[in-house]
Amino acid sequence: MSQWQTWGAIMLAPYVLVFLAFVLYPVSYGLWLARDPASYVRLFADPIFLRTVVNTIVFLLVAVNLKFLLALWLSGFFVHERVWIRWLSVLFLLPWAVPSIPTIFSIRFMFNPEWGVVNSVIFRLTAQDGPNWLNDPQIGLGLAMLTHIWKSLPFWALILIAGRLSIPREQYEAASVDGASVWQRFKYVTWPSLRTLYLTSTILSMIWTLGDFNSVYLLTGGGPADLTHVLATLGIRYIRLDQVDMAMATIVCAMPLVLPLVYYMMKNLSKSDQQ
Amino acid sequence: MKRIARDAWLYLMAIPILLWTLLPIYHIFLFSISSKDSAFSGALWPAKPTLRNFETIAQQHHFYLHHFWAQIWNSLWIAVAVGLITLFVATCAAFAISRLKVKGGRAVMNLALFTYFIPAAFLAIPMYKAMGIFGLLNSRWSLVLAMVTLAAPYAIWVLKQASDKLPYELDEAARIDGATPLQLFRLVYLPLMTPSLVAIGTYALLLAWNEYLYAYLLLSHERTITLAVALGHFISADDSPWELLMATGLVYALPPAAIYYAFRGYMVSGLTSGAVKA
Repeated sequence: MSQWQTWGAIMLAPYVLVFLAFVLYPVSYGLWLARDPASYVRLFADPIFLRTVVNTIVFLLVAVNLKFLLALWLSGFFVHERVWIRWLSVLFLLPWAVPSIPTIFSIRFMFNPEWGVVNSVIFRLTAQDGPNWLNDPQIGLGLAMLTHIWKSLPFWALILIAGRLSIPREQYEAASVDGASVWQRFKYVTWPSLRTLYLTSTILSMIWTLGDFNSVYLLTGGGPADLTHVLATLGIRYIRLDQVDMAMATIVCAMPLVLPLVYYMMKNLSKSDQQ
Repeated sequence: MKRIARDAWLYLMAIPILLWTLLPIYHIFLFSISSKDSAFSGALWPAKPTLRNFETIAQQHHFYLHHFWAQIWNSLWIAVAVGLITLFVATCAAFAISRLKVKGGRAVMNLALFTYFIPAAFLAIPMYKAMGIFGLLNSRWSLVLAMVTLAAPYAIWVLKQASDKLPYELDEAARIDGATPLQLFRLVYLPLMTPSLVAIGTYALLLAWNEYLYAYLLLSHERTITLAVALGHFISADDSPWELLMATGLVYALPPAAIYYAFRGYMVSGLTSGAVKA
C-alpha cells in the first residue's frame, strides 16, 4: 500500500510548493517587515489612515448589506417562470461576465462633470450644472460602492436563486391553501430555508469586498485628496511609494476585521465537507 | 386577472433592472462606434457610426496603442498558461487528497482554503515583494505563478468535492486488477472528471485574463504588460482618448464574455455549488 502513499505525496507536492513559495514565504517575510512598532506609529499618524478605516467599514456594512437586500429581492423576481424572465436573467449576468476595467472606466466617464452623460442629461432637464460627482469624497465613495454592487450583484443573486429553487414547492402550495399573503409566505417559508445561505454568503462577500481594489482605484483612484481610499487601495498606495513596511502594517491592522470572518467561513466549510 | 396584475408588476420591475444592468455596457459600445466629437456630445446614438476606432487599434496608430498586439498576446499567453498549470496542480492535489487519501491531505486542503479566504489585494503586497526577491518582476512568469496561487485553492476545493462523489468501488476494482496509481489517475479518474476539469480550466483562464491589480504590480514594461494594464495607462493623462479606450475595452471584454456564455451551463452549476454550501 505504500506505493499509493508515495504517489499521493508526489502528486500533492506541486501545490505544496506553490503554497510554500508564494503564500507562506511572502506572508512570513511580510510580517517580519511589519515587526517594527515605529511603522504603526507612523501609520496612525498618517491622517489618511483613519479616514481609510472609516471608509472601509462603511463600505463593508453599507455596500455588502445593500447588495444582499437587492440580491434577495431580485432572486424573488427571477424565480418567476416566464420565458422573457429567463432571457432577462441571461443579460443580467453580463456585469459579472465582463472584466471590470472597461466597465468601471465606462461608469467613470458617465460621471465626468463636463462631458459625462449623467450631467448632460441633468443639464438638459433642469438647465443647471450637475454635481462634480467624483471630485466629492462622499459621492465618490458612494459611487464606488454602487460600482461594486453593480459588478457583483449578479453572482450573489444567482446563488440566492439557486437557494430559492431548492425549497420544496409543496411548502408554497400549502401556504397558499392556508391563505398566506406574499409577506407571510416570505416570512414563514422562504426566509427560514434561505437564512443560513444568506448569512454565509454575506460573510464571504464581506471578505472578498475587503480585497476589492478595482471598484475604488479604477473609479476615483483614492481621490480627491486621498479621501476615498479603502484598506486595499491604501496598501497598494504605500507599495507604490516604496514604503513596504507601511503597506504591511496596513494589512496587519486589517486582520482584526478579516480573521473572525475567515474563521467563521473555515468552520462552516469543513463542517459541510464532513457531511 | 390575478396573473395579469402580477405580470404587469413584473414588467414594471424589469425596466429598472434592465437599465441598471445595461447602461454602463451600452455606454462602452456607444463610445467605441463614435468619433471623438460625437462621443463627447452626449447623444444616445452617434450621428455617423464608425469603425474607425477599431481600425486605429488594429494598426496601432495611437500613442497608447503602439504595442496593442504584443499586449493582447501577453494576456492570452498568460491566461492559457494559468489555465493549464492550475489544472495540473489542482487535479493532482485533488486526486491525492480525495482518492489516494494521502497523509496530511486534509491539512493541505485547509491551508488552501485559508489562502482562498485571504483578500486578494492583501496578498498582493507580500507577493510583490517576494517576486522581487525571486527576480521574477517584469517576467510573464511572475503573473502566471501569482495567478496560479490565487486560482488553485478554489480549483482544488471544487475538484475535491466532485471527486469525492465518484464511487470508491472503482478504485478498489482497479487495485485488485493490479493498476498503479498513475494508471488509475489517467484511465479512470481523468475521463470521469472531464466536466469539472473544463469548468475549472475556464475559471482559472478567465481569472487570469481579467486580472488587473496583480498585473499592474508585477509587470511594468510596455512590451511585457497585459492588455488590462495597458487599458489602465489610458487615463494617466487628462486628455485621454476615451473613444479608443472604450473600443479597446470592448475588444478586451468580448473573449471572456463569449467564453463565459459558451460554458455557462458548466460554470454556473459547477462554480456556484462549490462557492457557498449552506
